[in-house]
Amino acid sequence: MTVRVQPDVFDPGAELTGFSTRRGDVGAIVSFTGVVRDDTGDLERLEIEHYPAMTKQAIGAMVDKAVARWALKDALVIHRYGALEPGEVIMMVATAARHRKDAFAAADFLMDFLKSRAPFWKKEITRRGASWVEAKEADEDALSRWD
Amino acid sequence: MIDVLYFAWVRERIGLPSEKVETGAQTVADLVAELSAREERYAAAFADTSALRVALDQELSDFDASLADVREVAFFPPMTGG
Repeated sequence: MTVRVQPDVFDPGAELTGFSTRRGDVGAIVSFTGVVRDDTGDLERLEIEHYPAMTKQAIGAMVDKAVARWALKDALVIHRYGALEPGEVIMMVATAARHRKDAFAAADFLMDFLKSRAPFWKKEITRRGASWVEAKEADEDALSRWD
Repeated sequence: MIDVLYFAWVRERIGLPSEKVETGAQTVADLVAELSAREERYAAAFADTSALRVALDQELSDFDASLADVREVAFFPPMTGG
């Protein structure tokens, strides 16, 4: 299991190539890549703040839950912080399991928890000013389906 | 003495990322009341605690929780990762 929290750009393709292949007991690998989206056309950048002392252990706890629930063979979470421009990769999740349903479910679960339980906060800097991205109720609701 | 950390707009509203606080507060809610009584900027940040989250020693908790043996309290808005 790997969790990385970093300001640096990373290559999701290269990460995936190196993830969990050539081990024989894995039959399915699922990955998700999050990208900075500009809905209004005037986003200059996102500034992502996090809580360094808490971030890795909070994500690690989510990964442990996913591993136990879906018998994952491996899991990878990379999440960036700092300033990111539209089109840049923010984060990725990859899961490896014996079967695809477990790999898909675990990746979906990890994404839902990363959205609202990992200590990151996004601020949008546009040509008209800056504002903190507000959490959506739908994101909170999404967690309840994993109870 | 307890370390109190602020993130995102809570940090901006209070004007600092962290501070050491000498407090006899028993619970998170007591600490919030104590800080809010200090200055307007704290009162503004803590006006609606339903819009805030709290972590005690880097674990998510709630405002009724005890501060006994807690070394670090962090206040922040709902998280927006992913």
